[in-house]
Amino acid sequence: MGLKNTLHNLKEKYKGTKMAPAFNALHTFLYLPNETTHNGTHIKVADDLKRTMNIVIMAMVPCLIFGIFNAGYQHFEAFGTPVEFLSWDAFYIGIIKILPLLIVSYGVGLGIEFLFAIVKKHEVEEGYLVTGMLVPLIVPIDTPLWMLAVAVAFGVVIGKEVFGGTGMNILNPALTIRAFLFFAYPTWMSGDKVWIEGAVERDQLIAAGEKLDAVSGETILGTLAQGKAVGHDIMDMFLGFIPGSIGETSTILIILGGLFLIFTKIGSWRIMLSSVVGAITMGLIFNGLVNAEVITEGSKFFGLMSTPFWQHLIIGGFAFGTVFMATDPVTASQTNKGKWIYGFLIGFLSIMIRVFNPAYPEGVMLAILLMNVFAPTIDHYVVQGNVKQRMKRLKVKNA
Amino acid sequence: MSNDIKIKKGLDIKLKGEAEKSTENAIISNYCTLRPEDFHGVNPKLLVKVGAKVKAGEAVFYDKSNEAVKFASPVSGEVLEVLRGEKRKLLAIRIQADKEQVFQDFGKLDVNSANAEAIKARLLEAGCWPFVKQRPYDVIANPNKAPKAIFISAYASAPLAADLDYTLKGKEAELQAAVLALGKLTEGQVHVSVAKDGSSPLAGLSGITLHKVSGPHPSGNVGTQINKIDPVNKGEVVWTISAQDLVIIGELLLTGKFNAERIVAMAGSSIKKPRYFKTKIGSEIATMVYDNGIEKDSNDRIISGNVLSGKQIKPDGNLDYYSNIITVIPEGDDYELFGWNKPVFNKISTSRALTFSWLTPNKKFELDTNTNGEHRNFVLTGNYEQVFPLDIYPLQILKACMYSDLDEMEALGMYEVAPEDFALTEFVCVSKQPHQDIIRRGLDVMIKEIG
Repeated sequence: MGLKNTLHNLKEKYKGTKMAPAFNALHTFLYLPNETTHNGTHIKVADDLKRTMNIVIMAMVPCLIFGIFNAGYQHFEAFGTPVEFLSWDAFYIGIIKILPLLIVSYGVGLGIEFLFAIVKKHEVEEGYLVTGMLVPLIVPIDTPLWMLAVAVAFGVVIGKEVFGGTGMNILNPALTIRAFLFFAYPTWMSGDKVWIEGAVERDQLIAAGEKLDAVSGETILGTLAQGKAVGHDIMDMFLGFIPGSIGETSTILIILGGLFLIFTKIGSWRIMLSSVVGAITMGLIFNGLVNAEVITEGSKFFGLMSTPFWQHLIIGGFAFGTVFMATDPVTASQTNKGKWIYGFLIGFLSIMIRVFNPAYPEGVMLAILLMNVFAPTIDHYVVQGNVKQRMKRLKVKNA
Repeated sequence: MSNDIKIKKGLDIKLKGEAEKSTENAIISNYCTLRPEDFHGVNPKLLVKVGAKVKAGEAVFYDKSNEAVKFASPVSGEVLEVLRGEKRKLLAIRIQADKEQVFQDFGKLDVNSANAEAIKARLLEAGCWPFVKQRPYDVIANPNKAPKAIFISAYASAPLAADLDYTLKGKEAELQAAVLALGKLTEGQVHVSVAKDGSSPLAGLSGITLHKVSGPHPSGNVGTQINKIDPVNKGEVVWTISAQDLVIIGELLLTGKFNAERIVAMAGSSIKKPRYFKTKIGSEIATMVYDNGIEKDSNDRIISGNVLSGKQIKPDGNLDYYSNIITVIPEGDDYELFGWNKPVFNKISTSRALTFSWLTPNKKFELDTNTNGEHRNFVLTGNYEQVFPLDIYPLQILKACMYSDLDEMEALGMYEVAPEDFALTEFVCVSKQPHQDIIRRGLDVMIKEIG
């Protein structure tokens, strides 16, 4: 009981001071606050935003752990000294690269959140708990920490805080961070070097004149975009033993996370399902074009267009984006009907951008950001449907 | 002939401490308190001075903005005290009750032969008009505007609600007189909704359109029923009256007396022996809560009304004008270690976010007043719709109210709603937003700007 009372007394002491939000953030992390209802409903459900965010983080943890092992596994694979997937060697490479990314992501992001909370005198909001976890999972393994720090600062301030914090933002903060990295430091975000730990470094050594073998490891999408043969089989893609952003590779773990989110009723199954349907639709259209010989082998789009539609679901960041980023309730459509349209278009556009983007063969990030912008428009038309019915009712009465 | 209304979206909140079906006469309250704040939007003007003698049914104050609407004393006695707040705002009128109650005699009224004007005049002068509320705006009805229909819900689906089938049993004569009289005040119909599997004394009344409702709360809310039967359009007015108040109206018409007696449920997990009491509007709570109820100075929340929409009152407080239930639940002013992430079995949740109330759908819970988290901006979407059966977008209308966009509020259906319709969305709100308060303020802005 000692700790509880001490913290309570401290809270009373800090009340009204500038440090109150910072203290409360730590306090409520330990203890559910003693706040009671006033008028209105006198009882409330057990869920709060912390619990909700916590569930999303839990859903991502398997992807993180897999990512740690996969980082090391891909490293040794590319350097020609393969190791077992579940080995200490693989784990070691992964953890020394990914832990710093995680720390920088949370450190910088939460630091800014606390700063804004203190300056703007509101409580520290939980949104960044999820963003901070998402960010390391969607960047290449060798992303320099300073870049990540700059991008996180940009994403949190411009993507979220200027709008008023969690719940007010228009764009998904994690994707804003990712997009900043992509446009500010494109050479670090694509190509065949960035996905393998140490590959970039090796490249620089070779350039400096050392006699070493070049190391490369392309994503499946990169390979396909160049029309080359893929060196991984379908099972590898599905299970995740392929190069890619840290957390995005294992489709099966992402599906498990998605099912967990649906089961806990935190993630929108409407968005996930419709996004998959949208992706399949676009994939089938491209397959159809290839079958109809509109696109022939010489075309630069042939590689990706001829990829069977269902394979698009398990390669690249599509699955991860659909499950963890498209479903962000703040930036997605807020009406149930709107969610169907929103999700469908994300899936549809993801595959379209992926195929047509010459510089960088992935589209889910841009598709989600684009649909974030259009989500309020979709909602507007859905809600107008309800408004129109009401007007019609009035007219019938008056006629 | 009856019409069925089946509600799918909603949530039955099952709580411990349901009132047992036995009624006691509450100790007669020495004091009766009227609080003008019970009547939202009323601008009270006192008619009596401290020390004056009043009879039961005699007007104590009236509404300045609608002078015909009078508010009667539920008891006969002496005006003891007039409490005023800032800017001399009238807070409460305390009346010391006589041992022998004297009623003002308004005379009997034959509802079959009386015309609408006579009925309306009688209800107004005898202080029964405040029982008649209107939509839009959920305020006391404007007697000068005829409603397109009148709605009465005889089914209470709120948590721990007083069972109207039980409390109104044997009052068929009064109920019949009241609905016949009210029927003359509208061109349209008097819609009465009863529970599908109940035995409501209202089911057999004549002069009504009967609806049988089933499904989870808020199926018993009159707002839900209006939305399903005949929604309010712009420019239209409907009236709503609580079933229990029909008894008082009926008795006035049959006997000429304003008898503010009411059977009230005393419920909630803090009450030792939850049961029903016969008491009067404005009576002191203390006459009921300590008898097999709670200990003195216990850390409990006493609510005049149900746990979703009632008003918090102090132990020396009084039953408000409209409630037929007093709910007492434990206060939740304590911390809980890792309460935000550990698995929860003893609280209700509509998600499955390590909350396990979905495993035990029939379990009765003992909830306290803890908010279970801090106030945040709206973040989650789609969870309100699951418990909100009205054909309205709840999140969107709440936001419209917050930024007071009158056109949008009107378009989204603000004329149809009352704060209590948003009680369940407030209950399930992960961001702990005060939905009912937001709606109330929104309605007030509309009254002010549109009228």
